[in-house]
Formats: sequence, structure tokens, C-alpha cells
Amino acid sequence: MRPDDIQAIPARHPGRWVAAAAVLILGLALLYSFITNPRFEWGVVGEYFFSTRVLHGLWLTIELTVISMLIGIALGVLLAVMRLSLNPMIAGAAWFYIWLFRGTPVLVQILFWFNITALYPNIGIGAWSLDANNLITPFIAAILALGLNEGAYMAEIVRAGILSVDEGQSEAGSALGMTRLQVMRRIVLPQAMRVIVPPTGNEAISMLKTTSLVSVIAVTDLLYSVQLIYAANYRTIPLLLVASIWYLIVTTVLSIGQFYIERYFGRSASRNPRATPWQRLLQWLPGRRERLQ
Amino acid sequence: MNSFPASPPAAAGDVMVKAEGVHKRFGPLEVLKGVSMEVRRGEVVVLLGASGSGKSTFLRCINHLEKIDAGRLWVDGALVGYRQVGDKLYELHDRDICRHRAEVGMVFQRFNLFGHMTALQNIIEAPVQVLKQPKAQAIERARQLLERVGLADRADHYPNQLSGGQQQRVAIARALAMSPKLMLFDEPTSALDPELVGEVLDVMKALAREGMTMVVVTHEMGFAREVADRVVMMHEGRIIESSPPEQFFGAPQHDRTRQFLSKIL
Repeated sequence: MRPDDIQAIPARHPGRWVAAAAVLILGLALLYSFITNPRFEWGVVGEYFFSTRVLHGLWLTIELTVISMLIGIALGVLLAVMRLSLNPMIAGAAWFYIWLFRGTPVLVQILFWFNITALYPNIGIGAWSLDANNLITPFIAAILALGLNEGAYMAEIVRAGILSVDEGQSEAGSALGMTRLQVMRRIVLPQAMRVIVPPTGNEAISMLKTTSLVSVIAVTDLLYSVQLIYAANYRTIPLLLVASIWYLIVTTVLSIGQFYIERYFGRSASRNPRATPWQRLLQWLPGRRERLQ
Repeated sequence: MNSFPASPPAAAGDVMVKAEGVHKRFGPLEVLKGVSMEVRRGEVVVLLGASGSGKSTFLRCINHLEKIDAGRLWVDGALVGYRQVGDKLYELHDRDICRHRAEVGMVFQRFNLFGHMTALQNIIEAPVQVLKQPKAQAIERARQLLERVGLADRADHYPNQLSGGQQQRVAIARALAMSPKLMLFDEPTSALDPELVGEVLDVMKALAREGMTMVVVTHEMGFAREVADRVVMMHEGRIIESSPPEQFFGAPQHDRTRQFLSKIL
């Protein structure tokens, strides 16, 4: 602060204080009821929170999320590039895929893959074939349904990302003698990432929760695991709370990861990288305000 | 088709670019209506003309960023985009077109530096990916080129951390890293703040002095006057005048040229 700097009295905002107080009171009332209402059975929540069955279900949910997203992303990039192909058959095939998998509910797709043996009892070519019943376990059916469905959504996200990259970029690449594939892989896709990453983070979070649908084909994910427990002990609410809290925890972790990935891919776009939450916290500490400038 | 008093007779090996009756249409719009010209090895040719006269399009045809609809275009004796057997033309395969483009450097109005790469990474990208140069060698050469365009200390800057003039100089270095036999400049200073134009033109002048064959679309009359061996005026898809700068600026032959010059000078 220099001697000439303006030192004005800040304007008063009484409305803000009233609103803040109202929110605070409502929040406290809600918290009070959570703690005092015995039907929440927080003791049961604590008892099952780290139980082997719940943790096993949680692990399976994370596995399903990660594998399905990886399939979805790989498929999405492939389909997006196919849709932009000069070959009308290839572009048409990608369009058809997206139309089909986006146009039917994912729950229906899960049931379809689970029952695929009714359509194709044996999978293979000629003499080399496998019994579909052994091949398509509920877990595989779940992965296929979630991953293939996700691919259709990711394709549109990747395509939007590719289209967001200025045409001059691919032109400069071509002018240097790079092939179409090189231009796509080295020039366009890396720059498309900045547009692709945020919605992909949303997709991952959405996928985490969509995996709960696989309980219909008896895959013991997080939700189905607690369902099995409360089917036996009738402690429905506390066990749903266990599942919900775990979903929230994983979602939070995913959001943090998304922040750092976005920051990484945005590094060439802004002169000053966005501060991490930790850095922002430090800046807000008394005596550190100066650093904001 | 236009024909001009022949430039001094040149041996076939001396011709870098040869165009014969080049036509280019975008849908119903005919942008090039029979362009014929020659650029000899080591020559600097400046293309002038109002916007929409087809000069940029012609430049883009030379490295096959645009496909021509009629006529013939050769670079260093090889047809651009086609292979001729007898009187039949065969379209070239993508990889052959890429090979052709790798030998022709291009500098764009909007720089088009790769935004996710530093200046140095921009320069080594094509030598490593296209020419398969060892990375260490490409980096060494890139540093020399950055030195040459006066940006040795900006190697690790991203394009958006550089001024327009600096970006364009990196773009020139990027094109030079491919050791091109011909350099095409598409209004390289039009997107620059006036005070940054000079630094880019200086690099181009030095390049011309070293004997690089250059085709330059620009509105910088000073550059044309000082550096060009020949100034070519285009109007509505045709070449209407082509002469050495003293004659072009001193005694323009065509009315259109006179009008154009009176507006610009």
C-alpha cells in the first residue's frame, strides 16, 4: 500500500448478510436433524462403511468406471476420426454407430449384452468358436454395454474438440509435408484436448453413477453390494447412505483429477496457469493478499 | 490465356515454378482464369493485386493446398499433384503429395504456429516427423535457425507468449528447417502491428540475399521495390502485368496497375 493509494470506506451490503444468515440457519437446522434423527442410524453406517463386502463392491464400481471409460475414450476418438473421414462408407458407419448407441437406453443395452447368448450361443469364426455363456460373464456384459455406449457419447465430444481447432493448424501441418494421420495425431488432437477434457470429466463422473445400473444383472458393484446387505438386515436407509457417501468421495477425487488434467492441457493457452485450490487458499491467508495481483 | 514477353530464355533446370493456363474454381466462382508464369531458380517474385484477385489462391496451388481445375503447374520440373504418362494424368498418392509439400516452405498470414508447442518444438516437428531426422540434430539446427531470425532466447516460449512479429519469424524458421527449395509467403505481414512489420521483412530480405527462390504475396511496396526481381500484378484471376520493379513502379503498362498503385502508394 503506497501513501497515495485510495483508502475508501467499503460500501455496505446488508442484503448479503441477511441472505448469508438465512442460508446458515437452514444449513444448521438440516445438520441438526441429520445428527439427531435416530432413523438415519449413523452407527450402522459406520459399522458397514469399511466392511469387506462394501469395499469389494466399491472396487468393482471403480474398475467398471475406469475400464468402460477407457473403452469409451478409445472408441470415441476412433469414431470421431471416422466421422470426419473422406470415405463416405467409413463416415456413415460411424454415424450409424452413434445413432444406434445413443438412441437406446443404456439400461436396455446392459440387458441386451447380458442376454446376448440368446442371439449368438457361440461366438467365433468357423471351427474356432467359444461358448458365449462362458465368454459373456455379467462383468463382461456390463463392460461391453457401458463402454460401447460411452463410445458414442465420447465420439461427439472428440468431434467437437477436433472441429474447435483452427483450420490453419492442419493447413500448416500439411504444408510441412505431414500426412493426414500425422496432422491429426500430432497437431489437431493434442490441441483438441483442451475442449475434450472438461466434458470427459463429466462423462467419467456420470459413468461412475451409471455403473449402478449393472445391479440389474447381478454384478456386485457398490450399489448391488449394499442391496444384498439390506435385503438380509432391512437397514435400507443407512446402507444407501454408505453407498451414497462412497459415490460422493469418488466423485470428489475424480473432480480434483479433472482440475489438474485441465490445467495440464491448458498450459500453452494461458500465460498464467490457473492457481490450484491450494495456492488460492494460501493467497487468501492474511498478509498474503498482495500475491493476488 | 495470357502470354507475356518472354523473360530471358532460361534452361529447363533453371525454372523453379512453371504455370500454364492454371484455372481454379470454387463452385461457380472462377478464381483463377488461366494463369501462366515462370519463376526461375533464385528469383524473388512479388505477387500484387486487390483482394480477391486470386494471388493467394495461386500461391496455395503451388504446394497443392488447392487442387487446380485446368492447366498445368510444375515445381522444379515435377507436375504438382499429378503424374503424366503419355497424355494421361494420374492423381498422385497422398504420400507423394506430402513429399512435394515437404520441399516447399509456406508462411501464412496468420502464422499458424502450433499452439501447443514451444517455438523450438514447432521448428523440429516436421524435420523429426517427416524427414525422420534424429531429434538431437533437428534441435541443433532449430537453434541455429532461431539465432538467425533473432529469437535464440525465445526457444522455450509458446506462441501466445510471443508477439506477432516474433511468431512470424518462428514460422519462417519452421519452414526453413525443412531446407525447402522454394518459399511461399502468403501476406506474411498483413496481420502484424505496423511497428512489427520491419523485423519480419528483414528476415525475408536476408533470405532473398542468400539466393532463396521466393514467391511473395504482399502489400509491402517497399519490399517489392527493394527485393523483388519481378513484380506480377493479378486482376480478377489473370496476370495483367509482370515486370522488374523499376519498370513496374516507374512505368506501369496497364491501367489497372496504375489504379492499384495510386491507391496503395
